[in-house]
Amino acid sequence: MTDTTESTTAPTMHLQARAADAFLPDEPRGILQVENVDVYYGSFRAVTDVNLKFGLNEITALIGPSGCGKSTLLRSLNRMNDLVDGARVEGKVLFQGEDMYGPKVDPIEVRRRIGMVFQKPNPFPKSIYDNIAYGPRVTGMRVSNMDDLVEEALTKAALWNEVKDKLKQSAYGLSGGQQQRLCIARTIAVKPDVILMDEPCSALDPIATTRIEDLMHDLRNDYTIVIVTHNMQQAARVADRTAFFTALADEGTGDRTGVLVEYGKTTQIFEHPVDQRTEDYISGRFG
Amino acid sequence: MSTIASTGGPATRPDLPVTASQFLGRRRYGEIAIRLFLRIAAAITVITTVGILIALAIPSIGFFAEVPVFEFLFGTRWAPRFADASFGVVPLVTATAWTTVLALLVAVPLGLGAAIFLAEYARPRARKVLKPILEILAGVPTVVYGYFALQFVQTTVFREWLQLPTGAFSVLAAGVVMGVMIVPTIASISEDAMSAVPQSMRQGSAALGANRMQTTLRVVFPAALSGIVAAIVLGISRAVGETMIVAIAAGNQARIVTNPLEQGQTMTGFIANAALGDSRVGSLEYDTLFAVGLLLFLITLLINFISIRFVRRFREIY
Amino acid sequence: MSTIGSTIAGTIRPERPLASGRNGERRPLSLIFLMLLWLSLLIAFGVLVTLVITIIIDGQGQFSWRLFTEFPASDPDRAGARPAILGSAWVIGTTAVMTIPLGVAAAVHLEEFADKKNWFNRMIELNVQNLAAVPSIVYGLLALAFLTMLGVRDKNIVIAGALALSLLILPVIIISTREALRAVPQEIRQGSLALGATQWQTTWRQTLPSAVPGIATGSILALSRALGEAAPLLVLGALVFVSFDPNGLLSGYTTLPIQIFNWTGRPQEGFHQLAAATSVVLLGLLVIMNGLAITIRNRYQKRW
Repeated sequence: MTDTTESTTAPTMHLQARAADAFLPDEPRGILQVENVDVYYGSFRAVTDVNLKFGLNEITALIGPSGCGKSTLLRSLNRMNDLVDGARVEGKVLFQGEDMYGPKVDPIEVRRRIGMVFQKPNPFPKSIYDNIAYGPRVTGMRVSNMDDLVEEALTKAALWNEVKDKLKQSAYGLSGGQQQRLCIARTIAVKPDVILMDEPCSALDPIATTRIEDLMHDLRNDYTIVIVTHNMQQAARVADRTAFFTALADEGTGDRTGVLVEYGKTTQIFEHPVDQRTEDYISGRFG
Repeated sequence: MSTIASTGGPATRPDLPVTASQFLGRRRYGEIAIRLFLRIAAAITVITTVGILIALAIPSIGFFAEVPVFEFLFGTRWAPRFADASFGVVPLVTATAWTTVLALLVAVPLGLGAAIFLAEYARPRARKVLKPILEILAGVPTVVYGYFALQFVQTTVFREWLQLPTGAFSVLAAGVVMGVMIVPTIASISEDAMSAVPQSMRQGSAALGANRMQTTLRVVFPAALSGIVAAIVLGISRAVGETMIVAIAAGNQARIVTNPLEQGQTMTGFIANAALGDSRVGSLEYDTLFAVGLLLFLITLLINFISIRFVRRFREIY
Repeated sequence: MSTIGSTIAGTIRPERPLASGRNGERRPLSLIFLMLLWLSLLIAFGVLVTLVITIIIDGQGQFSWRLFTEFPASDPDRAGARPAILGSAWVIGTTAVMTIPLGVAAAVHLEEFADKKNWFNRMIELNVQNLAAVPSIVYGLLALAFLTMLGVRDKNIVIAGALALSLLILPVIIISTREALRAVPQEIRQGSLALGATQWQTTWRQTLPSAVPGIATGSILALSRALGEAAPLLVLGALVFVSFDPNGLLSGYTTLPIQIFNWTGRPQEGFHQLAAATSVVLLGLLVIMNGLAITIRNRYQKRW
């Protein structure tokens, strides 16, 4: 699909044939929208002036060099930043049209609906079953059959067959890749609308990584996924749309603030980037 | 134009009430109540300190209404129960000073020696065994130390074996045994301080051709100095506040001690002994207890503040 | 040309041959130093051993069931430490019930909920550290004053002693509980919060359960310290002749350390022997308690 005449995109940037691209609307049907958002830690501005719309049932990747605020932005999407002293969000983060930082909004409820999977798998020191059942129990979900819910969550996370005989064993007995899928299953169990993933595969080996990437493709049908990744190839493999960030250094203080450079369909970002900085990053000139 | 997609919400979560905001959570009264309880629990520590100050201050005010502060602090005769009473606290303070200094003379060399050995010379396996044994010294109840000080050290060792010119009690016996009790305090904090000195410093010294003793004494020790001072100051605090050993072995006569083989009564010893008698509440006798208690508390408070500052300094360096 | 004994700006570096057969680590001064260090340890352990042997030898005449079943009497050959043993059990039990929930609650607040940068909370932290170093007898005075204020006449009751000891070990329990909480990794809390749990749910269902072994160890060690304390109880008037079993929170009592103190102060040799024997019992109890604490720590402590 690409003609490599002027583009200096490295030929090794192998994009999966994107049949799905044909159905990808040009403009995302936004379920989650970020409007003019700046995120501060105290007086340090970590990321500035972000405008993004995340498409329903799409996988959106946030890529860019380290230190440009991708994880910060991600954590603002489910108000996990609230837990950091001095963190402040200016602008609007709209979920289904409602500003989740509004005065009456309960952050606990936000987190139930917008889940998060972390970089290093962090299962609880409990059995596999209890790891999954924890979320529904604490959020007060009325569950008619917990066993079914656990099975459903594990099945959707492509883990059921591997653990169905050892549900009562400790989650710590699983491998790294299995633990991460367990964390995904745990998140699914509370029936979120959006799943945020902060470099979910960076602590895993390549085989485990592939399994999770395959899983993401399946999950897309039911959930909206936003993933932060340092791995461009991964973004190219999984994401429908990609947002590229970079960091601007403040002349005075030397603080680096993240900005959104370019956002669009993944094929467009990787094959015909509009901004020169994007092209530099993609072709490996920096970052 | 953006289209707002709608998924989730009431359609997929019929168990949640339909409200204007999709994010309106449940009011969590239980959680609010629990957090209040936790806060109160933490506040009790503040109340305790305030309580101590008030508890000591009120009777002391009554005391100082009858006894001038100057006479209390500088008088040299302590005889609160006599008909012709005198309330000079100097004998108590000197006795406390004697026992503390004697204790330090024992505890500092032994404690530092043990600490240096554990930090610089002992192999990890030996450390794992020796450190807990040292901690046992700290776990022996002070009454038992008191018994030991009186029966073994004073009676058997000093009087029978060494034939020293001493009576039934002595500040030396109490002080020496107290010193042994404090060894783990000094050893453990000093050892922490020395272990915190980075290995790179020792290697730098060794690379210059110094042997282990030189490295220890000239590099590690000075580097860990603020922690070691903190340990010693904490040891002082424990010695000043110790009651049972001195109540049993140092003696009950409040007199100015000039020779370690004599007996004397410390501040803590006085409080312990005076409380054994029947003191009517509100009487001068009762108030005296608290006046001495206040003095004791202020002295240890001062010592503890000094120690904490040293600890903070040594923690910051590394 | 040999450059042995090269000089730099007038200084002369002494040249020693490399293979001199000597060992710089074994110079006489170093050896003496090492010996002094060994000596320190030996003296410290030696005193401990002497102490234990002394009380065993002194008390050997009194090791019998009588020690555990009889009440104190004016004749040492008929006296026993039974009320002291029961009294210690009552007082320590009451202390545990009073101080452990309070200490854990305070620690949870300070560690999980309080804003740590706030000056007030830092003052509380400093305050707890200070309280841990206050002489134990001052806690007796505090309890004495408090009960006087409440109008309690006879302060030689179980709950009064428990009150003094509870306040004494409260800072210790707070400090050790906080350390146990701190050992639980942040990722566990984050994972729980990200699922939509509240902070209390996270603390109650994840953090606290993981910290239980550490909390248990710290609490048992604190209680074992309380078991050996006598000074605060003396201030409350505990040194009386007790010849009955304690039978309630408002009952009179005596404890093992108080009984030892009592008997040590008597002139008769028989009572000294009783004091020694009781000391052995007390030490035995402490060994059991500390052993229990260490077992819990080694067996159940999570390695993250």
